[in-house]
Amino acid sequence: MSNQVTSLASGHEGTLADQFRAYFLRLRGGEMGSLPAVAATLVLAGIFASLSPFFLTKLNFTNLFVQAAELTMLSAALVFVILLGEIDLAAGVTAGVGMAVFITLIKYQGWPWVPALLAAFATGIVVGWFIGFVVAKIGVPSFVVTLAFFLGFQGMQLVLLGEGGVYRVETPEITAIMNQNIPDWGGWLMIALCGIGTLLFGLWDRSRRAGTGLVNRPVSILFIKVAAILLLGGGAVAVMNQNRSQGVIPISGVPIVVPISIIIIVAFTFLLDRTKFGRHLYAVGGNPEAARRAGIKVARIRIWAFIICAILAVVSGVFHASRIGSVDGSAGHSIVLNGVAAAVVGGVSLFGGRGRLSHAAIGALVITMIDNGLGLLQMPAGANFLITGGVLLLAATLDALARRRSGGSIARV
Amino acid sequence: MEIPVVELAGVKKSFGPVDVLKGIDLKVFAGKVTALVGDNGAGKSTLIKGLSGVQPYDEGEVRFNGEIVNIQNPLEASDLGIEVVYQDLALCENLDIVQNMFLGHEVLKTGTLHESEMELQATKALQSLSVRTVKSVRQKVSSLSGGQRQTVAIARSVLREAKLVILDEPTAALGVAQTEQVLNLVRRLADNGVGVIIISHNLGDVFRVADSIAVLYLGRLVAQLDAKETDNAEVVAYITGLKSTDTSAISVEGAI
Repeated sequence: MSNQVTSLASGHEGTLADQFRAYFLRLRGGEMGSLPAVAATLVLAGIFASLSPFFLTKLNFTNLFVQAAELTMLSAALVFVILLGEIDLAAGVTAGVGMAVFITLIKYQGWPWVPALLAAFATGIVVGWFIGFVVAKIGVPSFVVTLAFFLGFQGMQLVLLGEGGVYRVETPEITAIMNQNIPDWGGWLMIALCGIGTLLFGLWDRSRRAGTGLVNRPVSILFIKVAAILLLGGGAVAVMNQNRSQGVIPISGVPIVVPISIIIIVAFTFLLDRTKFGRHLYAVGGNPEAARRAGIKVARIRIWAFIICAILAVVSGVFHASRIGSVDGSAGHSIVLNGVAAAVVGGVSLFGGRGRLSHAAIGALVITMIDNGLGLLQMPAGANFLITGGVLLLAATLDALARRRSGGSIARV
Repeated sequence: MEIPVVELAGVKKSFGPVDVLKGIDLKVFAGKVTALVGDNGAGKSTLIKGLSGVQPYDEGEVRFNGEIVNIQNPLEASDLGIEVVYQDLALCENLDIVQNMFLGHEVLKTGTLHESEMELQATKALQSLSVRTVKSVRQKVSSLSGGQRQTVAIARSVLREAKLVILDEPTAALGVAQTEQVLNLVRRLADNGVGVIIISHNLGDVFRVADSIAVLYLGRLVAQLDAKETDNAEVVAYITGLKSTDTSAISVEGAI
């Protein structure tokens, strides 16, 4: 469509068929991204649907998204540090402490909920900064630093909330997130905005490329993408907009947590994909020495990654408090490892430098589905752990193999 | 007479009691490839580190395009237009060619990365070196061969509009065909008007690409020879110390 000014290819050339061929070549080269996880969701859905009549009901379908939201957010938080090849074992307890701060400020200090929530986030930011500082400036391995916080903050939760203290969340704005739905038209609007947004972003990129005189991919790829979003998203909204109540009072609509999660994931994906900070984060994750020589302030990037991780962790803490309707001293102890698992299952590389937030979301869906499906089948809790562990091992193995394949053997001269 | 892009006069560097550079005089001209040869410990790396600002010299005068400069850190060197391509290349394997070439110098538009502009400039830089070996400029570096990676690292210096490019053993880890490609690239880099210093142990490579050969022996520049007027045996004799000139720097008029 535009005049070609260069003789070197950029991967944007060729017809739709060429593009698909190139995609499959990349898959074979080990750049599988979240494809194994997408396949896993389909397989798991098939298995559970055939075994439990309840799995495919409208109520359970919606529940899956609500249950996955918390894990998605925590896993997205961890992506920022995993991209650097680091780990934050304290993400879960950071969320727990944030919520403990939130609830004690409301109960004992009589704070309104908004400043209390801001205080919870401020706590997260300070914690994230401190962990990042110790890791990046002092050089203590993140595994050890965050393990220390993981242990210490369990104590902090008990100190703040008292032994066995359980506090009801009586802020309707917070409990609504997981328990209320947006009106039917809101769901449709949400999907329409997703479609239009994707289209506009795509057209923006195309106009930039065309303006520079570079070749664009066939426009049909963009249309296929938008159509897929409208079709899949529209289908999901159509299901959620039906009455899914098993009682007398009808329940319908997309849970409020869904649009909130989408906005957060899109915003932070923008940060990773299109800003200098995001590029430098990937660079530090890929090769810190190269990043340093390129003039990137490596320590600053590391500290910010831990701060963002803590902020998103507190969001997941808010979701958790909203779902169970209370804050207690044990919140966030076990979820962090599932968060790591979700990221890795979704295709985020533990070696750093490769992965996206959408991967975390898909991985969280897989882990949640295992939990949900096995629960419906009334399998013992042991089976849940065993299967989740097996899936994680499989995903990590795929990651290591893909890395070996893309790093080692391909020498195209 | 033409002004050298870089001229060193009486440059010295010592680490504690050890004098590594004992007063080096060296001229590097734009558009020429100057090879720096010498046995291990002759002071090649130290000489380069001083120019790139990693380890500033203790004494001596450095002129850049005729003006006296004092390079104290890598940033100052980079600002002058001195780029070093290190042996380990310093590329991020998880990023593509364009992203690597612009790393730390990203082009922004309305606060976001201007990908198409970067892609265009990167492609032009590669084309100015007549690079045809890479399949796509959006290929991840992890999928590139050693020679292709070297190409990306060299093209990056073109992008930064370097006046002087220092290559540290660019062919050390490469096979025959890839060495050929990289040497051609070095030649074209110089033909584009850039001053090039190449460190190499391989005299075959040196004679293939260099205009001028500077030989270091135990911290002294024992000879700077015109590549066309010398031969392997003479250079080896200088490297091993069997032959030496009385003055520490030889007149380079003949080499230009």
